[in-house]
Amino acid sequence: MVGSIRIQEVEKKFVNGSGENVQALFDVSLDIKPGSFVSVIGPSGCGKSTLLRLISGLSQPDKGHIFLDNMQITAPGADRGFMFQEHNLFPWLTIYDNIAFGLRARKLYKENKEKVTGILHLVGLDGFESYYPHQLSGGMCQRASLARALVGNPKVLLLDEPLGALDAFTRMNIQDEIQRIWKEEHMTMVMVTHDVDEAVYLSDTIVVMTARPGRIVKLVHVDLPRPRDRSAENFFRYSSEVLRLLHYGGTITEPEFYL
Amino acid sequence: MTQLISAVLYPAEKSVLFFKRLPVQLFLPVLSVGLAIAMDQILPRAAEQKVVGHPYFTYLLGVTLLGYMGMILVGLKYVKWHAAAVYIAPFYAGVTLLLNVLNMLTAKYALLPVLYFPAMDRVLEVLVNDASYLATCVIYSYRLLFIGWFFGAIAGISTGILLGFSKAANYWIWPFIRTIGPIPSTAWIPLVLVAFPSVISGSVFLIALAVWFPTTVLTNSGIANINNSYFEVSATLGAGRWYQIFKVGIPAAMPSIFQGLFNGTCASFITLVTAEMLGAKYGLGWYINWQKEMMAYANVYAGLILIAASFCLIITGLFKFKNYILVWQRGVIKW
Repeated sequence: MVGSIRIQEVEKKFVNGSGENVQALFDVSLDIKPGSFVSVIGPSGCGKSTLLRLISGLSQPDKGHIFLDNMQITAPGADRGFMFQEHNLFPWLTIYDNIAFGLRARKLYKENKEKVTGILHLVGLDGFESYYPHQLSGGMCQRASLARALVGNPKVLLLDEPLGALDAFTRMNIQDEIQRIWKEEHMTMVMVTHDVDEAVYLSDTIVVMTARPGRIVKLVHVDLPRPRDRSAENFFRYSSEVLRLLHYGGTITEPEFYL
Repeated sequence: MTQLISAVLYPAEKSVLFFKRLPVQLFLPVLSVGLAIAMDQILPRAAEQKVVGHPYFTYLLGVTLLGYMGMILVGLKYVKWHAAAVYIAPFYAGVTLLLNVLNMLTAKYALLPVLYFPAMDRVLEVLVNDASYLATCVIYSYRLLFIGWFFGAIAGISTGILLGFSKAANYWIWPFIRTIGPIPSTAWIPLVLVAFPSVISGSVFLIALAVWFPTTVLTNSGIANINNSYFEVSATLGAGRWYQIFKVGIPAAMPSIFQGLFNGTCASFITLVTAEMLGAKYGLGWYINWQKEMMAYANVYAGLILIAASFCLIITGLFKFKNYILVWQRGVIKW
């Protein structure tokens, strides 16, 4: 099986708006098994999005290396699909042409035309081929964006808070769809999120990070059968563990009096 | 009983519908045009004004009124035409009234200096009598304009793309463009007269130069303002450098490129009129200048009318083309 990611002692610095050096990532090492679903969660500024951009090759680490199936990552490539926080569909292309963009760019379109229609069906956008992005709702645009990232059969799908801007119900629907696609296509997925429930619902492993400097605090392995029940008791056990690690759990105070 | 009621109501209803279809404002133009024709026919011509062979002003009014009537008739069947007629009626009536006043000021009472303000029917007479000559002028002007515009647009878009995507080009070429570009292209005339083998090639160059500069600047700024995430998306989808330039950069910059072409087109009109003074054989700019020197102001106005009509046609065409290309923009960016 393909799609293993190895992150070795990666560091990344930024110069922020006021000219200070910010340590976005400090000594981050992580092994991601092929075909697993990994969520990265942490407060803003913990470098989780930076980590995702490094895996995609959109930026390069200052120190350390990242490997995909033992090949070092140096540039963006079609083997790693990327779904952004904003849908970033090209407004001048129809939904169909947006989804076909990657295949056309790699001159694979002619042999794979039916893949485009297939993936349109997979994300539930049949009948919307000839619409322009501004004619669709936010949720539909994110579906199209997901389809665009998937159509080239990437080994890894990187998701940068893709559902953050959607309402709760649309979000849960698309979570189910992402999970279904993950199962059917057997691909590795790495998702950055703010949403603890989303992380517990979807992930095999949750990577909990802290800020300044951005480091990994703990890996939480979610050992629940799928499909998971968002309202089950053991579901809460995992979400409260993650919340505690992020210091958002309720403080437990010693009782003043014992009976 | 109901039958009786409907029998009583039905004709009334029908007439209400009929009047709804023909609101009062539809008749304003008829009134205004009628008045203008009557005054043009009845009042005597001022002795200072040149006599014309036909009452051309009345002809013009009559022809437009016939067209308008036709519009109303078609409008009885097609709502779109009806709405258009209702929409233009007050404007049409107002403009006719204005022309009527102008006719009084010039042809009938000669209250404005006769030499510079000839009667309107004189101007119309020039348009009719010199029609074939003026048509040649229009064709020559269009030819010059299109050749120059074409080269200028191609050069402008290419330079803009080069500047937008190549750091080296930006470093080496942009300073020259920034200093040389704003010089009005007509200021190059002394140099062009020496450097070019023929007047035609020189004029083409001047027009191309006028189109080139704004197109370059706006293409470049259009590319510079593209949301970087579009390039990131296309990179993660496996698009190479050239594919990104042609399939992301240019479409995304298209609204700005059109803005540049529009500005360039306006600049090219100015340049055209000046360039034709270099010694063209035909052309609207040349015609106006020639007639001005002969103090034939009726001909100057005829030329101006043709220039206005031709340039308006070009701009309309450009906008139609823009709307066709930028169909995706509807609802995204407003002009």
